[in-house]
Amino acid sequence: MIHTVNKSPYERNAFDSCLKHAVKGSAILLYEDGVYAAVKGCTAAARLADAVADHPVFVLGPDLKARGMDPANVVDGVRVVDYGDFVDLVVEHGTVQAWL
Amino acid sequence: MDEEMESGVVKKFMFVNRKAPYGTIYALEVLEMVLISAAFDQDVHLAFVDDGVYELKKGQDTAGIGMKNFSNTYRALEGYDIEKLYVEKESLEERGLTEADLVVPVEVVSRAGMAELMDGMDVVLSA
Amino acid sequence: MAYTSNGRTVEADEEGYLVNIGEWNEELALQIAKDENVDLTPEHWEVINFLREYYAEYQIAPAIRVLTKALAKRLGPDKGNNKYLYELFPYGPAKQACKIGGLPKPTGCI
Repeated sequence: MIHTVNKSPYERNAFDSCLKHAVKGSAILLYEDGVYAAVKGCTAAARLADAVADHPVFVLGPDLKARGMDPANVVDGVRVVDYGDFVDLVVEHGTVQAWL
Repeated sequence: MDEEMESGVVKKFMFVNRKAPYGTIYALEVLEMVLISAAFDQDVHLAFVDDGVYELKKGQDTAGIGMKNFSNTYRALEGYDIEKLYVEKESLEERGLTEADLVVPVEVVSRAGMAELMDGMDVVLSA
Repeated sequence: MAYTSNGRTVEADEEGYLVNIGEWNEELALQIAKDENVDLTPEHWEVINFLREYYAEYQIAPAIRVLTKALAKRLGPDKGNNKYLYELFPYGPAKQACKIGGLPKPTGCI
Protein backbone atom coordinates (compact mmCIF):
# COMPACT_ATOMS: atom_id res chain seq x y z
CA MET A 1 0.00 0.00 0.00
CA ILE A 2 1.18 3.53 -0.82
CA HIS A 3 -0.55 6.63 0.51
CA THR A 4 -0.31 9.86 -1.48
CA VAL A 5 -0.95 13.37 -0.12
CA ASN A 6 -1.15 16.37 -2.46
CA LYS A 7 -2.66 19.01 -0.15
CA SER A 8 -0.88 21.46 2.13
CA PRO A 9 -0.86 20.24 5.75
CA TYR A 10 -1.97 23.73 6.76
CA GLU A 11 -4.96 23.97 4.48
CA ARG A 12 -6.56 20.52 4.80
CA ASN A 13 -6.36 17.64 7.23
CA ALA A 14 -5.43 15.14 4.49
CA PHE A 15 -1.82 14.91 5.72
CA ASP A 16 -2.73 14.33 9.37
CA SER A 17 -5.52 11.93 8.51
CA CYS A 18 -3.11 9.98 6.32
CA LEU A 19 -0.60 9.73 9.18
CA LYS A 20 -3.31 8.45 11.50
CA HIS A 21 -4.56 5.79 9.08
CA ALA A 22 -1.41 4.51 7.40
CA VAL A 23 -0.47 1.15 8.95
CA LYS A 24 3.14 0.49 9.88
CA GLY A 25 5.28 -0.33 6.87
CA SER A 26 3.01 1.28 4.27
CA ALA A 27 4.65 3.94 2.11
CA ILE A 28 3.78 7.64 2.04
CA LEU A 29 4.41 9.92 -0.94
CA LEU A 30 4.01 13.70 -0.75
CA TYR A 31 3.49 15.68 -3.96
CA GLU A 32 2.06 19.03 -5.19
CA ASP A 33 1.15 21.15 -2.11
CA GLY A 34 1.69 18.06 0.04
CA VAL A 35 5.47 18.60 -0.23
CA TYR A 36 5.38 21.52 2.22
CA ALA A 37 5.04 19.01 5.08
CA ALA A 38 8.50 17.60 4.26
CA VAL A 39 10.37 20.89 4.63
CA LYS A 40 12.51 21.02 7.77
CA GLY A 41 11.56 23.67 10.28
CA CYS A 42 7.83 23.85 9.63
CA THR A 43 5.41 22.62 12.30
CA ALA A 44 4.08 19.78 10.13
CA ALA A 45 7.61 18.46 9.61
CA ALA A 46 7.78 17.41 13.27
CA ARG A 47 4.82 15.08 12.73
CA LEU A 48 6.35 13.72 9.55
CA ALA A 49 9.63 13.08 11.38
CA ASP A 50 7.75 10.76 13.74
CA ALA A 51 6.22 8.91 10.79
CA VAL A 52 9.59 8.23 9.18
CA ALA A 53 10.33 5.57 11.80
CA ASP A 54 7.30 3.51 10.72
CA HIS A 55 7.04 4.28 6.98
CA PRO A 56 9.16 4.72 3.90
CA VAL A 57 8.43 8.38 3.09
CA PHE A 58 8.95 10.00 -0.32
CA VAL A 59 8.58 13.54 -1.65
CA LEU A 60 8.43 14.66 -5.26
CA GLY A 61 11.50 16.79 -6.12
CA PRO A 62 10.04 18.88 -8.99
CA ASP A 63 7.20 19.99 -6.71
CA LEU A 64 9.67 21.04 -4.00
CA LYS A 65 11.74 23.05 -6.48
CA ALA A 66 8.68 24.72 -8.02
CA ARG A 67 7.79 25.99 -4.53
CA GLY A 68 11.27 27.31 -3.79
CA MET A 69 12.02 24.52 -1.32
CA ASP A 70 15.49 22.98 -1.26
CA PRO A 71 15.40 19.18 -1.77
CA ALA A 72 18.45 19.00 0.51
CA ASN A 73 16.44 20.55 3.34
CA VAL A 74 13.77 17.89 3.86
CA VAL A 75 13.09 15.94 7.04
CA ASP A 76 15.79 13.33 7.75
CA GLY A 77 14.93 9.95 6.30
CA VAL A 78 12.57 11.35 3.65
CA ARG A 79 13.68 10.40 0.13
CA VAL A 80 13.36 12.89 -2.74
CA VAL A 81 12.08 11.24 -5.94
CA ASP A 82 11.31 12.24 -9.53
CA TYR A 83 8.31 11.44 -11.76
CA GLY A 84 9.84 8.17 -12.97
CA ASP A 85 10.32 7.02 -9.37
CA PHE A 86 6.72 8.03 -8.61
CA VAL A 87 5.48 5.59 -11.26
CA ASP A 88 7.84 2.85 -10.04
CA LEU A 89 6.65 3.31 -6.45
CA VAL A 90 3.02 2.97 -7.46
CA VAL A 91 3.77 -0.19 -9.46
CA GLU A 92 5.84 -1.62 -6.62
CA HIS A 93 3.30 -0.97 -3.88
CA GLY A 94 0.19 -2.03 -5.78
CA THR A 95 -2.68 -0.31 -4.02
CA VAL A 96 -2.71 3.49 -3.92
CA GLN A 97 -4.68 5.43 -1.38
CA ALA A 98 -4.92 9.05 -2.46
CA TRP A 99 -5.62 11.51 0.38
CA LEU A 100 -7.09 14.38 -1.61
CA MET B 1 -16.68 49.74 -10.55
CA ASP B 2 -19.19 51.82 -8.62
CA GLU B 3 -20.08 55.47 -8.97
CA GLU B 4 -18.11 56.66 -5.98
CA MET B 5 -14.93 55.35 -7.54
CA GLU B 6 -15.62 57.07 -10.82
CA SER B 7 -16.04 60.33 -8.97
CA GLY B 8 -12.56 59.97 -7.52
CA VAL B 9 -13.18 58.70 -3.99
CA VAL B 10 -10.22 56.56 -3.00
CA LYS B 11 -11.11 53.45 -1.04
CA LYS B 12 -8.91 51.18 1.00
CA PHE B 13 -8.77 47.85 -0.79
CA MET B 14 -7.20 44.72 0.60
CA PHE B 15 -6.45 41.54 -1.31
CA VAL B 16 -5.95 38.66 1.11
CA ASN B 17 -3.74 35.83 -0.15
CA ARG B 18 -4.26 32.58 1.74
CA LYS B 19 -3.34 29.91 -0.81
CA ALA B 20 -0.10 28.23 -1.85
CA PRO B 21 0.96 29.16 -5.39
CA TYR B 22 0.68 26.12 -7.69
CA GLY B 23 -1.76 23.61 -6.19
CA THR B 24 -4.74 25.79 -7.09
CA ILE B 25 -5.31 28.76 -9.40
CA TYR B 26 -6.34 31.17 -6.60
CA ALA B 27 -2.94 32.79 -5.99
CA LEU B 28 -2.39 33.62 -9.65
CA GLU B 29 -5.97 34.86 -10.08
CA VAL B 30 -5.63 37.22 -7.11
CA LEU B 31 -2.33 38.53 -8.47
CA GLU B 32 -3.96 39.32 -11.82
CA MET B 33 -6.82 41.02 -10.03
CA VAL B 34 -4.29 43.12 -8.10
CA LEU B 35 -2.53 44.20 -11.31
CA ILE B 36 -5.84 45.21 -12.87
CA SER B 37 -6.90 47.07 -9.71
CA ALA B 38 -3.81 49.28 -10.11
CA ALA B 39 -5.54 51.01 -13.03
CA PHE B 40 -8.25 52.38 -10.71
CA ASP B 41 -5.95 54.42 -8.46
CA GLN B 42 -7.23 52.95 -5.24
CA ASP B 43 -5.37 52.52 -1.97
CA VAL B 44 -4.36 48.89 -2.49
CA HIS B 45 -3.05 46.64 0.29
CA LEU B 46 -1.90 43.05 -0.04
CA ALA B 47 -2.04 40.66 2.88
CA PHE B 48 -0.28 37.31 2.95
CA VAL B 49 -1.53 34.95 5.64
CA ASP B 50 -1.68 31.17 6.12
CA ASP B 51 -0.39 29.34 3.02
CA GLY B 52 -0.41 32.67 1.14
CA VAL B 53 3.06 33.34 2.53
CA TYR B 54 4.34 30.51 0.32
CA GLU B 55 3.55 32.67 -2.74
CA LEU B 56 6.49 34.92 -1.85
CA LYS B 57 9.07 32.18 -1.18
CA LYS B 58 12.38 32.88 -2.88
CA GLY B 59 13.98 30.41 -5.29
CA GLN B 60 10.87 29.01 -7.02
CA ASP B 61 11.80 27.03 -10.13
CA THR B 62 8.82 25.66 -12.01
CA ALA B 63 10.71 24.18 -14.98
CA GLY B 64 10.05 20.68 -13.64
CA ILE B 65 6.27 21.05 -13.35
CA GLY B 66 5.58 22.94 -16.59
CA MET B 67 3.85 25.94 -15.01
CA LYS B 68 4.64 29.66 -15.15
CA ASN B 69 6.79 30.86 -12.25
CA PHE B 70 4.75 33.89 -11.23
CA SER B 71 6.75 34.59 -8.07
CA ASN B 72 8.77 37.01 -10.25
CA THR B 73 5.62 39.02 -10.93
CA TYR B 74 5.38 40.14 -7.29
CA ARG B 75 8.58 42.08 -7.93
CA ALA B 76 6.76 44.03 -10.66
CA LEU B 77 4.17 45.36 -8.19
CA GLU B 78 6.40 48.28 -7.21
CA GLY B 79 6.21 49.52 -10.84
CA TYR B 80 2.43 49.41 -10.53
CA ASP B 81 2.71 51.60 -7.39
CA ILE B 82 1.52 48.75 -5.20
CA GLU B 83 3.87 48.84 -2.27
CA LYS B 84 1.76 48.01 0.77
CA LEU B 85 2.51 44.35 1.31
CA TYR B 86 1.88 42.81 4.72
CA VAL B 87 2.95 39.34 5.79
CA GLU B 88 1.75 37.69 8.96
CA LYS B 89 4.55 36.76 11.34
CA GLU B 90 2.83 33.71 12.83
CA SER B 91 2.10 32.28 9.36
CA LEU B 92 5.79 32.57 8.47
CA GLU B 93 6.90 30.95 11.73
CA GLU B 94 4.57 27.95 11.44
CA ARG B 95 6.15 27.25 8.07
CA GLY B 96 9.73 27.70 9.21
CA LEU B 97 10.14 30.84 7.10
CA THR B 98 11.55 34.29 7.81
CA GLU B 99 11.39 37.67 6.08
CA ALA B 100 14.75 36.84 4.42
CA ASP B 101 13.03 33.99 2.52
CA LEU B 102 10.74 36.37 0.61
CA VAL B 103 11.15 37.74 -2.94
CA VAL B 104 10.00 41.29 -2.17
CA PRO B 105 10.30 43.79 0.68
CA VAL B 106 7.28 43.46 2.95
CA GLU B 107 6.11 44.61 6.32
CA VAL B 108 5.89 41.69 8.72
CA VAL B 109 3.00 42.16 11.15
CA SER B 110 1.64 40.12 14.04
CA ARG B 111 -1.66 38.25 13.73
CA ALA B 112 -3.26 40.87 15.96
CA GLY B 113 -1.80 43.62 13.78
CA MET B 114 -3.12 41.90 10.66
CA ALA B 115 -6.57 41.70 12.22
CA GLU B 116 -6.49 45.45 12.86
CA LEU B 117 -5.38 46.17 9.30
CA MET B 118 -8.19 44.04 7.85
CA ASP B 119 -10.72 45.75 10.08
CA GLY B 120 -9.73 49.16 8.71
CA MET B 121 -10.42 48.34 5.05
CA ASP B 122 -13.35 49.50 2.90
CA VAL B 123 -13.21 46.49 0.57
CA VAL B 124 -11.63 43.10 1.27
CA LEU B 125 -11.21 40.44 -1.39
CA SER B 126 -9.98 37.12 -0.09
CA ALA B 127 -8.91 33.89 -1.73
CA MET C 1 -5.96 32.15 -36.00
CA ALA C 2 -2.39 31.44 -37.08
CA TYR C 3 0.63 33.06 -38.74
CA THR C 4 2.68 31.56 -41.52
CA SER C 5 6.36 32.42 -41.47
CA ASN C 6 9.01 30.63 -43.54
CA GLY C 7 6.54 27.88 -44.36
CA ARG C 8 5.93 27.32 -40.66
CA THR C 9 2.49 27.71 -39.10
CA VAL C 10 2.44 29.42 -35.72
CA GLU C 11 -0.72 29.34 -33.66
CA ALA C 12 -2.23 32.55 -32.25
CA ASP C 13 -5.40 33.40 -30.31
CA GLU C 14 -8.41 35.19 -31.84
CA GLU C 15 -6.78 38.59 -31.23
CA GLY C 16 -3.48 37.60 -32.82
CA TYR C 17 -1.35 37.00 -29.72
CA LEU C 18 0.92 33.96 -29.96
CA VAL C 19 -0.28 30.90 -28.07
CA ASN C 20 3.27 29.78 -27.34
CA ILE C 21 5.70 32.65 -26.82
CA GLY C 22 8.62 30.29 -27.38
CA GLU C 23 7.71 30.17 -31.08
CA TRP C 24 8.53 33.85 -31.58
CA ASN C 25 11.45 35.03 -33.70
CA GLU C 26 12.28 38.27 -35.53
CA GLU C 27 10.94 37.05 -38.85
CA LEU C 28 7.64 36.24 -37.26
CA ALA C 29 7.66 39.74 -35.73
CA LEU C 30 7.95 41.22 -39.23
CA GLN C 31 4.98 39.09 -40.31
CA ILE C 32 2.81 40.16 -37.37
CA ALA C 33 3.84 43.81 -37.86
CA LYS C 34 2.77 43.63 -41.50
CA ASP C 35 -0.67 42.41 -40.44
CA GLU C 36 -0.81 45.32 -37.98
CA ASN C 37 0.30 47.82 -40.67
CA VAL C 38 3.40 48.77 -38.71
CA ASP C 39 6.72 49.28 -40.49
CA LEU C 40 9.32 48.25 -37.95
CA THR C 41 12.09 50.81 -37.42
CA PRO C 42 14.92 50.71 -34.86
CA GLU C 43 12.68 52.82 -32.61
CA HIS C 44 9.96 50.16 -32.74
CA TRP C 45 12.48 47.46 -31.94
CA GLU C 46 13.73 49.46 -28.97
CA VAL C 47 10.27 49.26 -27.43
CA ILE C 48 9.65 45.65 -28.43
CA ASN C 49 12.98 44.53 -27.00
CA PHE C 50 12.30 46.47 -23.83
CA LEU C 51 8.97 44.68 -23.44
CA ARG C 52 10.57 41.31 -24.04
CA GLU C 53 13.16 42.05 -21.36
CA TYR C 54 10.43 43.14 -18.99
CA TYR C 55 8.55 39.92 -19.63
CA ALA C 56 11.65 37.80 -19.07
CA GLU C 57 12.16 39.54 -15.74
CA TYR C 58 8.61 39.65 -14.39
CA GLN C 59 6.62 37.06 -16.41
CA ILE C 60 4.00 39.62 -17.42
CA ALA C 61 3.64 42.29 -20.07
CA PRO C 62 3.27 45.67 -18.34
CA ALA C 63 0.23 47.93 -18.50
CA ILE C 64 0.80 51.04 -20.66
CA ARG C 65 1.17 53.32 -17.62
CA VAL C 66 3.85 51.06 -16.22
CA LEU C 67 5.56 50.77 -19.59
CA THR C 68 5.84 54.53 -20.12
CA LYS C 69 7.23 55.01 -16.62
CA ALA C 70 9.80 52.25 -17.04
CA LEU C 71 10.79 53.46 -20.52
CA ALA C 72 11.23 57.03 -19.29
CA LYS C 73 13.59 55.68 -16.65
CA ARG C 74 15.59 53.69 -19.21
CA LEU C 75 15.51 55.86 -22.35
CA GLY C 76 14.55 59.28 -21.02
CA PRO C 77 11.33 61.33 -21.06
CA ASP C 78 11.43 61.88 -24.87
CA LYS C 79 10.66 58.21 -25.37
CA GLY C 80 8.89 57.36 -22.16
CA ASN C 81 5.63 59.11 -22.94
CA ASN C 82 2.27 58.24 -24.46
CA LYS C 83 2.57 60.49 -27.50
CA TYR C 84 5.84 58.97 -28.69
CA LEU C 85 4.60 55.43 -28.13
CA TYR C 86 1.27 56.00 -29.88
CA GLU C 87 3.11 57.41 -32.88
CA LEU C 88 5.05 54.17 -33.11
CA PHE C 89 2.10 51.88 -32.33
CA PRO C 90 -1.13 53.72 -33.19
CA TYR C 91 -3.47 50.98 -31.97
CA GLY C 92 -2.10 50.99 -28.45
CA PRO C 93 1.60 50.65 -27.75
CA ALA C 94 1.36 48.07 -25.02
CA LYS C 95 -1.06 45.87 -26.92
CA GLN C 96 0.42 46.23 -30.41
CA ALA C 97 4.07 46.06 -29.38
CA CYS C 98 3.39 43.02 -27.20
CA LYS C 99 1.65 41.26 -30.04
CA ILE C 100 4.54 41.93 -32.43
CA GLY C 101 6.99 40.90 -29.73
CA GLY C 102 5.25 37.57 -29.27
CA LEU C 103 4.13 38.38 -25.74
CA PRO C 104 0.69 37.96 -24.18
CA LYS C 105 -1.72 40.85 -23.84
CA PRO C 106 -0.60 43.22 -21.05
CA THR C 107 -1.88 42.46 -17.59
CA GLY C 108 -3.80 45.36 -16.11
CA CYS C 109 -4.78 46.75 -19.51
CA ILE C 110 -8.51 47.30 -19.80
